[in-house]
Amino acid sequence: MTDRTAILDTLRTQIEPFNKKGVAITEATSFQGDLEWDSLTVMDFVAAIEDEFDIIITMNMQAEIENVGQLADAVEKLRG
Amino acid sequence: MTETGLQSEKLPAEPVAAPPARDLFAKFDPLLAERTALMSSGVRDPFGIVMEEVTSPTTAVIRGQETILLGTYNYMGMTFDPDVIAAGTRALERFGSGTNGSRMLNGTFRDHVEAEDALKEFYGASGAIVFSTGYQANLGTISTMAGRGEYVILDADSHASIYDGCKMGDAEIVRFRHNSVEDLDKRLGRLPKEPGKLVVLEGVYSMLGDIAPLREMVQVAKKHGCMVLVDEAHSMGFFGEHGRGVYEAQGLVLGEDVDLVIGTFSKSVGTVGGFCISNHPKFEGLRFSCRPYIFTASLPPSVVATAATSVRKLMTAHDKRARLWDNARRLHAGLKGLGFALGTETCDSAIVAVILQDQAQAVVMWQALLEAGLYVNVARPPATPSGTFLLRCSICAEHTSEQIEQVITMFAAAGRLAGATK
Repeated sequence: MTDRTAILDTLRTQIEPFNKKGVAITEATSFQGDLEWDSLTVMDFVAAIEDEFDIIITMNMQAEIENVGQLADAVEKLRG
Repeated sequence: MTETGLQSEKLPAEPVAAPPARDLFAKFDPLLAERTALMSSGVRDPFGIVMEEVTSPTTAVIRGQETILLGTYNYMGMTFDPDVIAAGTRALERFGSGTNGSRMLNGTFRDHVEAEDALKEFYGASGAIVFSTGYQANLGTISTMAGRGEYVILDADSHASIYDGCKMGDAEIVRFRHNSVEDLDKRLGRLPKEPGKLVVLEGVYSMLGDIAPLREMVQVAKKHGCMVLVDEAHSMGFFGEHGRGVYEAQGLVLGEDVDLVIGTFSKSVGTVGGFCISNHPKFEGLRFSCRPYIFTASLPPSVVATAATSVRKLMTAHDKRARLWDNARRLHAGLKGLGFALGTETCDSAIVAVILQDQAQAVVMWQALLEAGLYVNVARPPATPSGTFLLRCSICAEHTSEQIEQVITMFAAAGRLAGATK
């Protein structure tokens, strides 16, 4: 399993408790459009991802991340 | 026209048809629809109240009815203080109605300096900068203090002015879970060591009226080499020995534990304006770099004159302080006794927030209270944490015991009507 696949798997697991509509998760799934998360959900989810990977995703970075693939990119980069 | 003059420009014979203009107002549709639905249910507009007359710090006339004010942030009841009014009147007559300019140019009058001197004395600080509003004090201070490559670390429940200060600046923004010392520690531990960092905290969080564990948070912030800003908007005058705020009440010292304090004239001080105070030797640098300070008109002379007088009186307002706490505790106990869900388990501040199920219940209850002669604030998401709907009471030192009793009786009836209590 590549690093990226592992990251995507972890992201899927972390999305699950917040995926109230049972949306199928692909790299193109968007947090606002597809998952319809409000700002409070986003905050809880981001905190969970940060803790999982022991990273910080600043609010500046969060503003640029719209979908699961972009989040995986960010995580990959931040883990260095 | 000379030979070198303008040449006539020909429009293309058949201009390309522009698409019809997109209506930028369309984005307000959901919001307007929600309001229409709410209003058509027959309730009054909670965001359209007009005070026809204000008869004291605690009473006003709304639609011809004498109403008790319990949602005004006039904590210390200074708005009708005779000395404050006299100072404002004198300044209005001697200096005119406005300054017509920026603090940096022609907009600093005697009483702007006087207000800054009063603040320095109040806080025992070497520096004070007066802004035109509290919102601008946060906007300007945060956006200017933390630059590109530096960090601002803020509580998730921070006031909009703190969020907007972050958005306006160039720093990296990191937030931590509300009032969680552990989460703050964890997040600071993940940040690079080198860059400058500003941790932004509030003494009292205004939606639920809960206070921050500032001592522990400052300890963590200092451990990670951060500077600390505390917004004490909702605590000035009645927390700590000198009324400096929650930081003072928790034994923290300006210049050692806390680097910057943000405050406002629109709450305990009883007028309008904002300020930042500090003991840092280079504090004046902020004044010369801060856009929301420079590129706006300064406060009118009457406003800063009332502020200066009020701040000086607050230094010794021990009786008012005692009355405010007494009123707040009685209201908190009374509402808790009626079975309401409140924002805090104990009476932590001069804000008592009643937590309700949804917007409909909040508005029904708010209206019942208003019709009975009581004004409180309705607060709703996104201003509130965790999507809650609140009726927020802010208490005044000038509320009488009888008014507090009346208020509790009104809440009992309205709570039953709205189905919020049994």
